[in-house]
Amino acid sequence: MSTQKDRAPAAAGSGLNDDIGEQKRLDLYRSQVRLREAEQRAFDLFLQNLVKGTSHLSLGQEAIASGFAEAMVKGDLSFCTYRGHAHTLARGVPVEKVLGELMQRDNGLMRGKGGSMHLTSEEHGVMGSYAIIGAHLPIACGAAWRAQYKGDKDVSVCFFGDGTTNIGAFHEALNFAVVWKLPVVFVCENNLYMEYTPIGDVTAVEHPAADRASAYGLERIIIDGNDADVVYRTAQKAFAKARAGEGPSLIEAMTYRHSGHSRADPAKYRPEGELEKWKERDPIKIYRERLKQFGVSDETIDAIHADVMKEVDDATEACKAAPNPPLDILTTDVYADGGWAWRN
Amino acid sequence: MAEITYRDAVARGIAQEMARDPDVVFLGEDVAKAGGVFKATVGLYEQFGPLRVRDTPISEQAILGAAMGAAMTGLKPIAEIMFSDFFAVCFDYIANEFPKSRYMSNGQTKCPLVVRTGNGAGSRFGAQHSQSVENWCMMIPGLKVVAPSTPLDVIGLLAAAVRDPDPVIFLEHKSLYAIKGEVPDGEILDTLGTAKIVRPGKDCTIVALALMVSRALAAAETLKNEHGIDAEVIDVRSLVPLDTRTILASVAKTNRLFTVEENPRLCGWGAEIVSIVADEAFYDLDGPPVRITTPHIPLPAADLLEDIVLPTPERIVDTVRRSLGS
Repeated sequence: MSTQKDRAPAAAGSGLNDDIGEQKRLDLYRSQVRLREAEQRAFDLFLQNLVKGTSHLSLGQEAIASGFAEAMVKGDLSFCTYRGHAHTLARGVPVEKVLGELMQRDNGLMRGKGGSMHLTSEEHGVMGSYAIIGAHLPIACGAAWRAQYKGDKDVSVCFFGDGTTNIGAFHEALNFAVVWKLPVVFVCENNLYMEYTPIGDVTAVEHPAADRASAYGLERIIIDGNDADVVYRTAQKAFAKARAGEGPSLIEAMTYRHSGHSRADPAKYRPEGELEKWKERDPIKIYRERLKQFGVSDETIDAIHADVMKEVDDATEACKAAPNPPLDILTTDVYADGGWAWRN
Repeated sequence: MAEITYRDAVARGIAQEMARDPDVVFLGEDVAKAGGVFKATVGLYEQFGPLRVRDTPISEQAILGAAMGAAMTGLKPIAEIMFSDFFAVCFDYIANEFPKSRYMSNGQTKCPLVVRTGNGAGSRFGAQHSQSVENWCMMIPGLKVVAPSTPLDVIGLLAAAVRDPDPVIFLEHKSLYAIKGEVPDGEILDTLGTAKIVRPGKDCTIVALALMVSRALAAAETLKNEHGIDAEVIDVRSLVPLDTRTILASVAKTNRLFTVEENPRLCGWGAEIVSIVADEAFYDLDGPPVRITTPHIPLPAADLLEDIVLPTPERIVDTVRRSLGS
């Protein structure tokens, strides 16, 4: 069994023209900052009672969403979970559309019909956020089957948490994807907790995804999910394999969520000091250091932050001013004819 | 015109649609090389090849999930779930994923697929391989639900289901696979959401589905010949969309309503029809609507026991005759 444990490049500081390059590094940084600020704003709006329903934040996990999204090209498809704000934003969906949906306004991505857990933007390749654990792994297989059948070169990328590895659909999908040699990439974001329970307490193996890989003839891949460069390189490799017709990959990215499972969870079950330890490995902090090692100026970095804050601030104001959804959308789009008629 | 079996009609319907549209693909357990456990898909693998007719593992969630992902992104999959009882192990897709994705995404997500399945009793398979699950499916907004009773309807409704832009549950009755019927040559295409008056009559309306249609027709013959009761029999064919116009018009004419349902009694499809008639045609009725159903029990395996619990022509005759007071 081979183990791939990518680390930050040893050549850090050696110049701007390594395999990733300055422009992509700036994009990776901008993306992570954008996810962070948008979700931080979502949390602030929740405290003001302007974000309704539930919400599950990815604060601290941004490098995975940004690293994969930056490695995708137009046409590649993302399948996300209820913790899907970051993955949706990372594919280029405007902050206003996401905040609008969280605030259940008419300017939201689905005009309030889906909510935080079901963000979908097919024009950006975001093929849905799935709130029934495991459901989207087989669905991603189906999208990959279409690509295989039609000779399309897109890759289906399916993100899920560590808890998902213990549900049947995970195992059905992995076997299915390998047997059919599908161009699908499964990404387990291991943030160490299945909702409120340490994943190790409820899982037979140490690495909930990677330690199952050999059961399906897949490589055991565990990466540092807080280093966007590592994530980006891993994604590129898995996508190349998929596009070459060489089948699926299963990647376990180690990370940590800075907040609780959902907005209702203060995360008091975490041992003292754990959060602080992981905040030292905050992906944005790591990446800012990286940029500076590569000689990127503070002015350039600050300008990225200013741009992002403007988008988030403008989005917030637009959402606050947006009307509620009109009642006439209640009965639209139940069926493909646009309506809800079930009888004549 | 040729006489073919209901099972051959399944293969012919799939073949007709696969030949017409290269986006139609077919997957399920034992459906390709083996031709299906009910031999309803024989010849498709040979005709359309391994890329379009694919055997799967025993992974019902993977089958339906893959069908959905393919449907969302441009194909028109037909998925087979061998026995409808197995819907229970992949019900997330039937209840949560197929029917709600379009609505939740405000119309972005499409899901044009068909789930074919062997439904119903009569094979002495016991409680987990014999159920009639049409009521499980009918209650979910966003699904369409079809259950043909003849070889001709199998082809025409299957074609309509494949071409329909919504997810369609297509319930084939296991006890009908061997029956024969006349079908014309050439393309056959029917319309979802249309009930059919299969026997006109004036004294009462008997509404039935799938295997129960032939039993209702047999009962109607006895009612006419032995009791002078002229029953109109309606094959519902499609539970969603539901052709309530045909049913309401029939009740307006006959003034009495009977439903014959194979599903267990509670929340069976007939309850919805009775409710609609009670709401909208109460003053057309000369007596209470009556439901003839399988009782609210799991299905037994033994032939004697299974035969007793399903509605029979004799039970239909007896119920109608006593209700009409003749």
